[in-house]
Amino acid sequence: MAFFQGQAKTATKHMVDPALQPWVEKYRPKTIDDVSAQEHTVAVLRKTLTSTNLPHMLFYGPPGTGKTSTILALSRQLFGPDNFRNRVLELNASDERGISIVREKIKNFARQTPRAQMVASDGNTYPCPPYKIIILDEADSMTQDAQGALRRIMETYARITRFCLVCNYVTRIIEPLASRCSKFRFTPLDSTSSTLRLSQIASAENISVTPDVVSTLIDTSGGDLRRAITYLQSASRLSSSTNPPTPITSKDIQEIAGVVPTDVVNDFARALGVEVFGDMDTDGPVDGKKRGFETVQKKVKAIMREGYSASQTLSQLHDIIITHPTLPAKQKAKCALAFAEADKALCDGSDEELWILEVGLQVLRALSS
Amino acid sequence: MSLWVDKFRPRTLDELHYHEGLSARLKSLAASGDFPHMLFYGPSGAGKKTRISCTLKQLFGNGVEKLKIDQRVFISPSKRKLEINIVQSNFHIEITPSEAGNYDRVVIQELLKEIAQTQQVDLNAKQRFKVVIINEADSLSRDAQAALRRTMEKYMSNMRIILCANSTSRLIAPIKSRCLLMRVAAPSPEEMQTVLEHVAKKLRFDLPPEASQQIVADSGGNMRKALLVFEALKMQSPDLSGSLKIAKPDWETYCHKVADLIVQEQTPARVMEVRSKFYELLSHCIPPTVILKTVAERVVERVDENLKADIMHWAAFYECRMRIGNKKIYHLEAWVVKVMSLYKVTKHFVYDFDMSEFE
Ligand SMILES: Nc1ncnc2c1ncn2[C@@H]1O[C@H](COP(=O)(O)OP(=O)(O)OP(=O)(O)O)[C@@H](O)[C@H]1O
Ligand SMILES: [Mg+2]
Repeated sequence: MAFFQGQAKTATKHMVDPALQPWVEKYRPKTIDDVSAQEHTVAVLRKTLTSTNLPHMLFYGPPGTGKTSTILALSRQLFGPDNFRNRVLELNASDERGISIVREKIKNFARQTPRAQMVASDGNTYPCPPYKIIILDEADSMTQDAQGALRRIMETYARITRFCLVCNYVTRIIEPLASRCSKFRFTPLDSTSSTLRLSQIASAENISVTPDVVSTLIDTSGGDLRRAITYLQSASRLSSSTNPPTPITSKDIQEIAGVVPTDVVNDFARALGVEVFGDMDTDGPVDGKKRGFETVQKKVKAIMREGYSASQTLSQLHDIIITHPTLPAKQKAKCALAFAEADKALCDGSDEELWILEVGLQVLRALSS
Repeated sequence: MSLWVDKFRPRTLDELHYHEGLSARLKSLAASGDFPHMLFYGPSGAGKKTRISCTLKQLFGNGVEKLKIDQRVFISPSKRKLEINIVQSNFHIEITPSEAGNYDRVVIQELLKEIAQTQQVDLNAKQRFKVVIINEADSLSRDAQAALRRTMEKYMSNMRIILCANSTSRLIAPIKSRCLLMRVAAPSPEEMQTVLEHVAKKLRFDLPPEASQQIVADSGGNMRKALLVFEALKMQSPDLSGSLKIAKPDWETYCHKVADLIVQEQTPARVMEVRSKFYELLSHCIPPTVILKTVAERVVERVDENLKADIMHWAAFYECRMRIGNKKIYHLEAWVVKVMSLYKVTKHFVYDFDMSEFE
């Protein structure tokens, strides 16, 4: 991995103790067969391992679905540990990527002729095909100009290099570039694959997790396996730090994930006139007559004081309203409009308090009309 | 002599008053050796910074308190020179990206690279990594956030990042997925009172409960504000008895005046008057969002129930535009005009209605 390359000289005396490694790195897939889900991609890539013929590639999909891991694993399987460093170049958004710099780096890298050496120091044989791989991670943050210039570079060095562009938003890659690549879509992980991977990690780390905890992990991470793993590690750190160690609970996961507690959201929803079912503590439902501007404003201020994130609060409120069993569709539609406006405003960096209040008042109005 | 807020700021996790659960968690994380990247978030004055510095002390010991301030020069891609002040110790470094304006990406990138590539030289250091604290992380540009992504993964062995923000909405998902989130809620009124009493005890005087309640009620959960007010009150009336008058900050009084002006009269002349007051506030560096919110909240206190929601709706609407737009005053003014016309229309409506009843 690039991480170890740059550090190789200094890092040896300071080798990271695996116990202290973040699990996302520790359990990064080592081979493409370790990659969960993404069956189609893996199937196609497995063929390239035997045919050793690789097209230019474009990986796209949401965060934490295995894009970076897959290309790193594939490269390692193609070249083995010894040749990895002189055959694979990884550039990402945190590197300087003015096009002149990129060109320079790629030129230097592509110039050194690949040496074939099939049997690696670890005794295994690697295909070691006669080309180099250039990984442009987070390619969607490259400017259009830089992407344009990349076209030429790709052509110039086509004989000895293969490019792999990795990004979240395929639409931000210019068409001429995208059309030169085989595209691979990475989908959010389905719950079966996530469950499997999380349980593997849990058993490797010797921690016990209940099915309940796993399903909370999956719910709160929305198909982003990196997030699920991070949450799991943090929760296990916290639970093992108490004396005596306590088991991990769904509640821990929710707190770590920044989920707003259900009773807080329910309480807010009730103040807006939404009938909330299925929670135990129905002490003091808001009196219908008292419902009004001031009640809503107070609730919003209380939410802000607790520091809950606005987008999270709104998304949970959204779920309550949109999946509500009895609200008429017309009212739901009106609420949906308010949520959409607020989401846009928050993305533009608007004030959170004003927009939670705005949504609250719009919902209140929609439901009382 | 330092202010009470600084003088009585807890220095270790054990001295922290409220959110004991959180402090305990931080302590165990600091002890475990696999300290993660963290994101502290919560309302201002809740004690995020204090908690962060206590955590640092737990991690590294007294050395982190030996601070030096460096002025560093960065060169932007357009060859502009940026001079930025950086607070650091041997173990950590602290940056406030908004100082770099549009070039925050350059600054972050250079600093992080530099730190990531230097090993901890102090052999007695308790941790192998250095900590980078990024204040006001929610004001980082998208570009700067993108630059953080892979850096956070790659340089994990000799660097940890602690982000400090009021809200998480403005941070991109890949950043949040790489951090352990730490929510720091505002302290409850009771918790705040305990802190005030603690200070009083240290200084050996009595704090009447009425006084502390009043201070807490005024502070809106902002511990810093409460302590500042407390100190000011004590200077004013040393025995803190009788009816205390907590002076509002000038800008707040001024905003309330603006609100009153809007409610009293709705004419073009009044708009002009309000406008000059806005300029006054802006020129004193009161953030436009704060101005709009303070004025709006005051206005809704003084109008009929049926108007309140609309007034806040337009406040939200124009605040958003103000963020994207360039000239803050336009949007403040637009909101005022909107509110005045709403107010006028309803007043007429009521007036007409009354007349018809008379006939
Ligand atoms: N399909 C997967 N199979 C196994 N592990 C995965 C998978 N997807 C993600 N992970 C885990 O999540 C971590 C991050 O994955 P990776 O870096 O590949 O994500 P990414 O798709 O590149 O995300 P980003 O868009 O944020 O860069 C990996 O180290 C691994 O532990
Ligand atoms: Mg990636």
